[in-house]
Amino acid sequence: MTSLRRSGSLPVLRRLRRGSSLFVLGGALALLLVLGSLAHWNRTAAVAGETREVKIDNYSFSPGTLTVPVGTTVSWTNRDETVHTVVAQDAGHTFKSGGLDTDDKFSFTFDKPGTYVYICTVHPYMTGKIVVQ
Amino acid sequence: MSDRLNASPGLELQHLGRDGLDRRGLLKCMAWAGAGVLWTVTGGVPRSVGLADAYAGTMGGLSFVQISDTHIGFNKPANPHPDATMTQAVASIRALPTPPAFLIHTGDITHLSKPEQYDMAAEIIKGANSEVHYVPGEHDWLDGGDAFKARHGAGTKGDGWYSFDSQGVHFIALVNVVNFKAGSLTSLGADQIAWLKDDVSGLASSTPIVVFTHIPMWAVYPQWGWGTEDSGQALELLKRFGSVTVLNGHIHQVLQKVEGNVTFHTAMSTAYPQPAPGAAASPGPLKVPADKLGGYLGIREVTYVEGQSSLAILDKPLMA
Repeated sequence: MTSLRRSGSLPVLRRLRRGSSLFVLGGALALLLVLGSLAHWNRTAAVAGETREVKIDNYSFSPGTLTVPVGTTVSWTNRDETVHTVVAQDAGHTFKSGGLDTDDKFSFTFDKPGTYVYICTVHPYMTGKIVVQ
Repeated sequence: MSDRLNASPGLELQHLGRDGLDRRGLLKCMAWAGAGVLWTVTGGVPRSVGLADAYAGTMGGLSFVQISDTHIGFNKPANPHPDATMTQAVASIRALPTPPAFLIHTGDITHLSKPEQYDMAAEIIKGANSEVHYVPGEHDWLDGGDAFKARHGAGTKGDGWYSFDSQGVHFIALVNVVNFKAGSLTSLGADQIAWLKDDVSGLASSTPIVVFTHIPMWAVYPQWGWGTEDSGQALELLKRFGSVTVLNGHIHQVLQKVEGNVTFHTAMSTAYPQPAPGAAASPGPLKVPADKLGGYLGIREVTYVEGQSSLAILDKPLMA
């Protein structure tokens, strides 16, 4: 999408060629800078704002360890027939779901880097980890 | 009960003998029978007898019933109607020839700790016309125990532990569904163990002890979390007593173990069965044919007769 938008701007540059070449150059540079930074902003947002999935299947979290950039939302889905929870093991329980019944979802957006170990409090041998970079 | 025993391979009627009870045999019997147990405490060691059996009635003594893992709110194929099976279980309690002195509910009353699930469970259990002593299961603690404590927390200590006496037997209700830590078994915690030490300190060693809690107090299958990390500390405090019976739920099947003067008994659920330890990839609900489900669910009746050395324990399935 970004590259299409860039080529779409070329006719505009051609129309501007009749004016001062310096102005055109300056304008084109400014335009490219703006487009470039917009494209960069878009790319960053697309990754950091992404949602990544963790499935709960057969009494385990999958993937067990997930590494994501800051700003990512992680969404857990319980696909078991029994209740599970998702509770961070740090002192303040950074994230803590209630009981998740079959097909219930819980999500949390990670705004700070760090390693977050979590468990299902109903079955504490079920552990998982989110690494936020 | 006799019919059931006779019809079942590997069961020996001598399990129901008075003294000189073959406890190992009895335990096997219990493992097979599964469901409702009449606990009779005779001379200190609980024994179970058949619900249909007049044993408890003729011997007198204290009888109570254990009901467990009612999971009201569960709605999966393993049992879409746990309210109906709990109602059946309550009907079987009401039909006992000797009405129990009280019931103990060993947790997972609800499936999701929801107020309406507690309300429905309370409404159903009312049908037993009996006092009920509760301990929570981990499914009753999904809200941090708020709904449980509001209903059943009065007069309890800490997260809901307590004790009481009935006809010379000391009953101890322990809570082991609060302290879950990553990758380890659940625990009772130092506060509860300190309370237990104090609670039993004044008791004569001849006092029969019945401990009831949700998760097994022995390492049934740690890989599935079926055990309590610091149960050894609690049992150490009970070592001097001549008769200690530990009753729990959680694993939805009957298993027993004897260790010195301590007998351990896990109970059936009234909602759905779970696989035998390690018999499946996970301890998830076990789907059995609908017409067989009643054979996997049930209650437990326990009778204690003063002067006898053991409690009589009967696991009674909803359906023979």
